Amino acid sequence: MWKFLHKLASPPHFYALAAKMIPWFNISGLLLIAYGTVAGLFFAPADYQQGDAFRIIYAHVPAAYLSMMAYSIMAISAGIGLIWRMKLAHAVAAAAAPLGAWFTFLALATGSIWGRPMWGTWWEWGDPRLTSELIMLFLYFGYMSLRAAIDETSKADKASAVLILVGAVNVPIIHFSVEWWSSLHQGPTLIKEGGPAIETAMLYPLLAMILGFSLFFGALLLARVRTEVLHRERRSRWVRNLVLTESA
Amino acid sequence: MKPRQQRMLAVGLAALGVVIAAAFTLRAFQDNMMFYVEISDVVQGNVPDERKFRVGGLVVPNSIVRESGELAVKFTVTDTKNSLDVHYDGILPDLFREGQGIIAHGSLDENGQFQADTVLAKHDEKYMPPEVADSLAKHAAEKEAATVVDE
Repeated sequence: MWKFLHKLASPPHFYALAAKMIPWFNISGLLLIAYGTVAGLFFAPADYQQGDAFRIIYAHVPAAYLSMMAYSIMAISAGIGLIWRMKLAHAVAAAAAPLGAWFTFLALATGSIWGRPMWGTWWEWGDPRLTSELIMLFLYFGYMSLRAAIDETSKADKASAVLILVGAVNVPIIHFSVEWWSSLHQGPTLIKEGGPAIETAMLYPLLAMILGFSLFFGALLLARVRTEVLHRERRSRWVRNLVLTESA
Repeated sequence: MKPRQQRMLAVGLAALGVVIAAAFTLRAFQDNMMFYVEISDVVQGNVPDERKFRVGGLVVPNSIVRESGELAVKFTVTDTKNSLDVHYDGILPDLFREGQGIIAHGSLDENGQFQADTVLAKHDEKYMPPEVADSLAKHAAEKEAATVVDE
């Protein structure tokens, strides 16, 4: 187990392994998203209150889920990077940030588009779920700006890891905001006592979309970590050999 | 202690400190974190003075009164214990209907009625096709009728 982890943490080994994994993530993610899109938009019944407008759930929920998942991955990677001084972990955190920021933006945008006709407003500052999600978008921006502002990679790794760990307290706040406070945003549908409060014909495409988005995110993350590793190790012997064999 | 364990301890303590700080901050802002005030609190007079606030509750069936030819509407909201009359002059959201959870922003007038300048509809966490909702309502009605007969 430890041997496997040590091997995984070595940049050349990870670089080669990730290349093999990316197509599988892409194919399985694409199949699930295709099923989820068709089943969600055309075969799932309309909602008793929202009519067809509820179908934005198939983009909104996976995006919101991944916005928090990306942040959690970054926080865990940052912690591992700080404690075990593992460079690959810092590379993962750095590579995940723009993806997380985009999913956060997507969650906010789709929620806003849905909120206008359903709630009667594009945005409500008083709502804890909306506000904490927006704070997370700013945390992503702060993380990326901080990294961009420090030239030395190892210093940028440490400073940005501290920032992302401090901001991690926001993730459970986003998740529990609808339970702790009275909010405009509805409570949890999927993870609640007595099982999901959603018709199965609506639920399966949603689960497929969440898993499909996650796999697609995984593929993007692996590809981004590969470029990040390549950039960081640009002076090392294995990258030089790689470039020489590729160009030969 | 090894340097690695020291770093682990430092990260752990820092994380703990952040969590405690966040918990205290959120506690201090507890009143402001509430998106809306419960109807029972409004009726008992537990409302913010001198500033507008939001109330949340369910629209009482058959309580919606519209002025003909105008947008002005009057309805009653309830938290099933207490209720409050709301006046509003504007466009209502699509989800606004009898029995729906709504949130109104505004203030109390001298008659103890709520003058709203915004009305938002709250959506619940349940998703189902209309037929299922109809049959659920029908079963609930039958059950109610059965309990009346039992008494």
